[in-house]
Amino acid sequence: MQRRTILKGGAALGFASMVGGKVAFAQGLEKVKAGFVYVGPIGDGGWTFQHHEGALAVQEAFGDKVEIVWQENVPEGADAERVLTQMALSGCNIIFTTSFGFMDPTNAVAAKFPDIKFEHATGYKREHPNVSTYNARFYEGRAVQGHIAGKMTKSNKIGYIASFPIPEVIMGINSYYLHAKKVNPDVELSIVWAFTWFDPAKEADSAKALIDQGVDVIASHTDSTAPLAEAAKTNGAVIGFGQASDMADYKPSPRVSSIIDNWAPYYVKRVGELLDGTYAQVDSWAGIPEGEVEIGEITDAVPADVKAEAEAMRDAIAARTYHPFTGPINKQDGTPWLAEGVTAPDGDLLGMMFYVEGITGDIPS
Amino acid sequence: MDLGGINPAILIASLMVASVPIILAALGELVVEKAGVLNLGVEGMMIMGAICGFATAVATGNPYLGFLGGALGAACLSLVFAVLTQFFLANQVATGLALTLFGLGLSSLIGQSYVGIKPPLTGTVPLGPLADIPFFGPVLFDHDWMVYLSIFACGAVWAVLKYTRMGLVLRAVGESHDAAHALGYKVVRIRVLAILFGGALAGLGGAYISLIRVPQWTDGITAGAGWIALAIVVFASWKPWRILLGAYLFGGITVLQLNLQAAGARIPVEYLSMSPYLITILVLVIMSSGKGKAALNAPASLGQNFHASR
Repeated sequence: MQRRTILKGGAALGFASMVGGKVAFAQGLEKVKAGFVYVGPIGDGGWTFQHHEGALAVQEAFGDKVEIVWQENVPEGADAERVLTQMALSGCNIIFTTSFGFMDPTNAVAAKFPDIKFEHATGYKREHPNVSTYNARFYEGRAVQGHIAGKMTKSNKIGYIASFPIPEVIMGINSYYLHAKKVNPDVELSIVWAFTWFDPAKEADSAKALIDQGVDVIASHTDSTAPLAEAAKTNGAVIGFGQASDMADYKPSPRVSSIIDNWAPYYVKRVGELLDGTYAQVDSWAGIPEGEVEIGEITDAVPADVKAEAEAMRDAIAARTYHPFTGPINKQDGTPWLAEGVTAPDGDLLGMMFYVEGITGDIPS
Repeated sequence: MDLGGINPAILIASLMVASVPIILAALGELVVEKAGVLNLGVEGMMIMGAICGFATAVATGNPYLGFLGGALGAACLSLVFAVLTQFFLANQVATGLALTLFGLGLSSLIGQSYVGIKPPLTGTVPLGPLADIPFFGPVLFDHDWMVYLSIFACGAVWAVLKYTRMGLVLRAVGESHDAAHALGYKVVRIRVLAILFGGALAGLGGAYISLIRVPQWTDGITAGAGWIALAIVVFASWKPWRILLGAYLFGGITVLQLNLQAAGARIPVEYLSMSPYLITILVLVIMSSGKGKAALNAPASLGQNFHASR
């Protein structure tokens, strides 16, 4: 009995994380240390803020069985590897990396720490058994926004502030455009590539450039509230949407609705699985039906009938009776992509590097 | 008058607005470097100016007091740098970098309760019918007062450095602090004042971002503008008017490429975004080669600490 206690003490002192990690598959852990790597500051009011809300939800759900640590403002690229290694060495059992650009660093570090679980958001590489990926079907929310945009625009010019030319962003652009076009055949889409996830001044400049071009509905795929702040200067002439977070401070206008990324259910589920030993590698892609993507309140700045239609679309997606990418849809160059009534396979979406028919301009490489 | 769907008047007007923060911060840094001090903490001082200005404007409801608060807040932060480098003779490069990290963290702490608040709006300077003149109206006469201040500040710094005794003393301290000391000038006092001035201008630039350009507070709102300001000082080879030119070039290309995209022009965005940096490197190479070396014009004592015992 005594020896056992001593052994336990030793394990707790030095080898807790190593031994714990090995045992995890079979019987779960008694205590989990979860690390979160953020690309921006928690105070961005958008993307990173929502991930942190998810992290806090994990803490809330498991109390002192879980310890959470996080690192803000981690640059995408080689620096991320250093941060990840640091977290792994500090005894994290599971590490969530919350931006597309962390994809290669995550896999590289995961190779060195086979007992630690790595979870990469919005990527597609799972090179090691301890790497899982998770993503949200943001394009489902973009469909609802596109519908509102098509109905609300007076100039028939709508805009999209894009971050980087990756499938996740292009999916959003296509979905937004398709659904605007469906209700307003005259609609034209202007896309501005900001080449940043977070730079409030540049995001505001992008919005201003769009507004100067006569755009009156702006959707953004960057992380801050700056585009809404710019739209707010027009006194209601230009509307926009909350992105990643509700951005309720800009209600009722210019923010007329929003896409809310609700990561909490996924984070709680995964950490819970680690605790009870049912954890396994996954490639998760949940959306509106699972509650991972939420549509923020549609404000009174939107006419009641448009609001009702948008909510009906949201509910149809939730009930899985409607898929935002349902044929017939052609690619930009006119070649057919989806035939009548066919819905897009996930593989096509995850590798989507083309615009749909009607969008002008090229995707930067 | 349209260029590929872009109205040049609107383009010039927006590039003038986009450049204000870097003009102010770079001018401040120019004065600091002319006095022989290298303060790499511009980014940290700018963001302190952004949050202090924002907080003051929200508390008082007056955007003008906000700018004053921003300048004061950043000057206070630069005082930390001044004390460390001028009295404790700390390494300027390391202290400056630390100042940036400290400023980013402190601003985030102060800013916790300001996320989502809208500041009082700063209007444009009412110039009456002048603003209605075609082309020149929107370009020259339809701005907020800070745009005019930034241009005026360029002229003022240039005139003071070139024509006044104060400017001469400041430059002397920057070129050879030992000689200036031998002549009886208070090297440390002059440098501290220059650092405070640099801090105040960086603070004004930061406050411009949070109060006018993106009227809101968000963590990390300056997003690297301070580093661009530092680069522009070198690009301008320590000459005030070239700062204006450099900042308009930087700001102009950024705004131009965004506008070209919005207008649907088919241009390779990546190359345009990197072009200001390429130009900076090019200018540096040209200026630092052969005969042009003297024209690089860097203050001779830049980055060296001074102690009267030598």
